[in-house]
This record gives sequence, structure tokens and C-alpha cells, in this order.
Amino acid sequence: MSEERQEREPLFSAKNLKLVKGPINLNNPITVQVLGICSALAVTAKMKPAIVMTISVMVVLAASNVVISIMRNGIPPRIRIIVQLVVIATMVILVDQVLKAFLYDISKQLSVFVGLIITNCILMGRLEAFAMSNKPWPAFMDGIGNALGYGLILIAVSFLRELFGSGTLLGLQIVPPGFYHFGYVNNGLMILPPMALITVGVIIWVQRYYHRDLIENN
Amino acid sequence: MYSNGYIFRYAAILVIIAAAALSSANMLLKPYQEKNVAIEKMKGILASAQIEGIETDNTIEEFNKYVVEEKLINSKGEVIDSYKKGNMEDGKAFKINMKEELFNKTQGKDFDLPVYVINKGGKTIYVLPLLGTGLWGPIWGNMALKDDFNTIVGMTFGDKGETPGLGGEITTDQFKNQFIGKKIFDDKGNFTSIKVVKGGIKRLPAAEQIHGVDAISGGTITSNGVDAMLSNVLESYLPYIEKQRKQ
Repeated sequence: MSEERQEREPLFSAKNLKLVKGPINLNNPITVQVLGICSALAVTAKMKPAIVMTISVMVVLAASNVVISIMRNGIPPRIRIIVQLVVIATMVILVDQVLKAFLYDISKQLSVFVGLIITNCILMGRLEAFAMSNKPWPAFMDGIGNALGYGLILIAVSFLRELFGSGTLLGLQIVPPGFYHFGYVNNGLMILPPMALITVGVIIWVQRYYHRDLIENN
Repeated sequence: MYSNGYIFRYAAILVIIAAAALSSANMLLKPYQEKNVAIEKMKGILASAQIEGIETDNTIEEFNKYVVEEKLINSKGEVIDSYKKGNMEDGKAFKINMKEELFNKTQGKDFDLPVYVINKGGKTIYVLPLLGTGLWGPIWGNMALKDDFNTIVGMTFGDKGETPGLGGEITTDQFKNQFIGKKIFDDKGNFTSIKVVKGGIKRLPAAEQIHGVDAISGGTITSNGVDAMLSNVLESYLPYIEKQRKQ
């Protein structure tokens, strides 16, 4: 069709790398696009589930981005959302089954959260906004980038919540037991969902303080 | 534009492919998953008896070493099946579906329950599996009793999806180690179960503290679920336990 041969873009060209870097800071899915908040609140009471959730979201998002990107020219626009949902759900169940078969301990910790990936708005958001109109490789990079941006916030929030809520990090005691004798008490509010929302809010605040152009003008 | 026929065909093919991929993945992975579930069950039974050094790789071996008998008891407390030889994971008691049996109980039907007899350095320990409901889904566990059928040697708990940091804390050592040394019968021989007490066992009279543990703050419904699970399942074992205590 197109006579002018496109020059092959290197795999890690500046444009492709931007797809990964963008979502980590200036285009972060949680703090800037405000997507995927629900799961950010649910899995951040402890660091370990947050980390495994990040990895699972990365696998599912990258894989479904690639699949949708390959299928993009045949998908009838009228049922595209359903098609995307079928792809996401299939991927999530596959990840869940593989975890159960080969990484049983991790799958036990994740329990319901793997299923929750299906409802993560970042997935459908990226499929709809990016994978439907881009080639598989950039779609893959975009998936990795957005999952990293999502995971970064998740891990930051869970770090604060586990440290102040339980006095531990990744299950290891961080606050010296001696502190408790002097009246130090773990903040029980930190492990409840409202503090996750407030923590995310504080992160958004700090980020906008340093990046003034993110502030809306209304 | 895409015609309706194309949309229908597209949707049908997509769904068939997805279904085929999922069911074949399920079929291929099932043996591994079932093995994992069985190993998990064995780990729980051994851990409740305070046997240490159990890794995923040696679980089956260790299970066969420590478990000397698997009994199946009926609702009247009679032993209807005893499995002593061979692979312990093939025993009738190991394969029984607790959920179905406890459901039969609620329907007033007969039910069978497993008892695992463990020999730990010459001491006999009886492990009773537990099953109940938490806040989001099923919770389960194992209770290891001394041969007096009264004193708890150890407990384990598991859950399908209790809130991490709140109800999910039932699986932590902090919670389950509280059970060690507690008794399920009082001095007169009446069954008391183990109460999971909101606000801590300090609220109980001193004589009853041996029959209670502290609940988890922020995990009230899960704690109540553990309490209900203990009294419901132990009550089902009661005819058998009382027979053993009289001997």
C-alpha cells in the first residue's frame, strides 16, 4: 500500500523508551490519570502483595496490550470493549492458573487480588487508548511502562502503610521492639483503606508541587 | 463498516478460542495444582503438630514418616476406617471433602470426619482439621491435641481471601501461638471450645482464660468466624473425643 518504505525503528528508540518513562512520572496512571485507584487501596496494607500485584499487572497488561494490538485491525468497533474484556479476563485467569500450579505460595498470598486485575481500569484504559491504535512492540512497552508507574505508587504507599501500620517491612520487624516499651504504638489507621487514599493524595500533592504543569487551571 | 454477521462470527470465534485456551490450560495444570493443594494440606497438618523443617520438597516424605494412622470417624464417634499402610495421601480420610461432610451435618445427615494420628518422638498427637467461614470466604485450619484430647499442642489457620493486615492476620504466628497449651474442656469435663475474645482474654474471669484467645482488632468478623469454626467443628468431633477421654 504505502510506497515509501518506513525505516525500521530501533527497538529501544527514544520514542519507545518514552512510552516506558512517561507513565512512571509525568503520566502516571494513578497520580495523574487517576486510574486503578481501587486496587491501589486494596492491596497496599502490606508490601509483599503490592509487589506481586505489580508483577501480575505487568504480565497481564503487557500481554493483553500485545494481543489487542495484533488484533486491532479486525476488531469491530461496536464490540471492542467486550473483546478487550475477553482478552483481559483470559489473561488474568491464565496467570492465576499458572501461579496456582507453579508458584503456589505466591498465589495463596495474592488470593482474590489476581481476580481484581480484571477490574483494574488501567488495563482497559491502556487497551482502549493505546493498543487499539499502535503496533505490538510500542504497545508492549506502553504496557510495561504503565505497570511500572502503577507499581511504583503501590509500593510507595504499601511501604508507608506497612512501616507505620505494622512496624514491619516485607514481614520483617523494622521498628525496634524496645520502642513499644516506651509507649510507641503502631498506627492502626494506616492499615485501614482510608489511609491508603490519604497517602495517595499526599503523593499526588508532592508530585504536583514539583511539576507545576500538572496542576489543572480551573 | 462491519456487518452484523461479521460481528457475530468474530465474537463467536473469539469466545471459542478463549474458552479452548482456558480449558486446556486448566486440564494441563490441574495435576500440578492438585499436588500443591495436597502438599499444602500436609504442611498444615504437620505444622499444627509443631513439626519443624518442613519444606515443599520434602513434605510428602515427612508426612508419611510422621503420620502413623488416618482415621475416619462418623457422627457417632465410631472409627469406620483406619488407614495405616502405604502412602498416607491415598488414605480415605485424607481425600474426604470436609465441606460436603459439614454440609451434611447442617442437613441432619450422617457425616464422616478425618483424624490424623501423628507420632512425634514417641508422643502421640491427634490432628483435627477445621473448616469454617470468614468475612470474604472460607477459612480453615488444623488443631493438634495431646493424647489427653484436651490440651492444644498447636494450631494452623488458612484463608481464601481475608483482608491482609486485618482478618488475614489469623494465619500469623502471633495469633496461632496463643492457642498452645489452651484447653477445650473445663475441670469438670464440660466442653468449652476455645473462645476468640474481642478486647482480649483479660476480660474473661481468670478461670476461663485457659479456654480463650485474643481476637484481632479490625478483624472482628474473621475472629468471630474462627470462634464459630472452632465450636462447630469440635462439636462434630465431640462424640469421638469423649469416647477417647473415657478410655
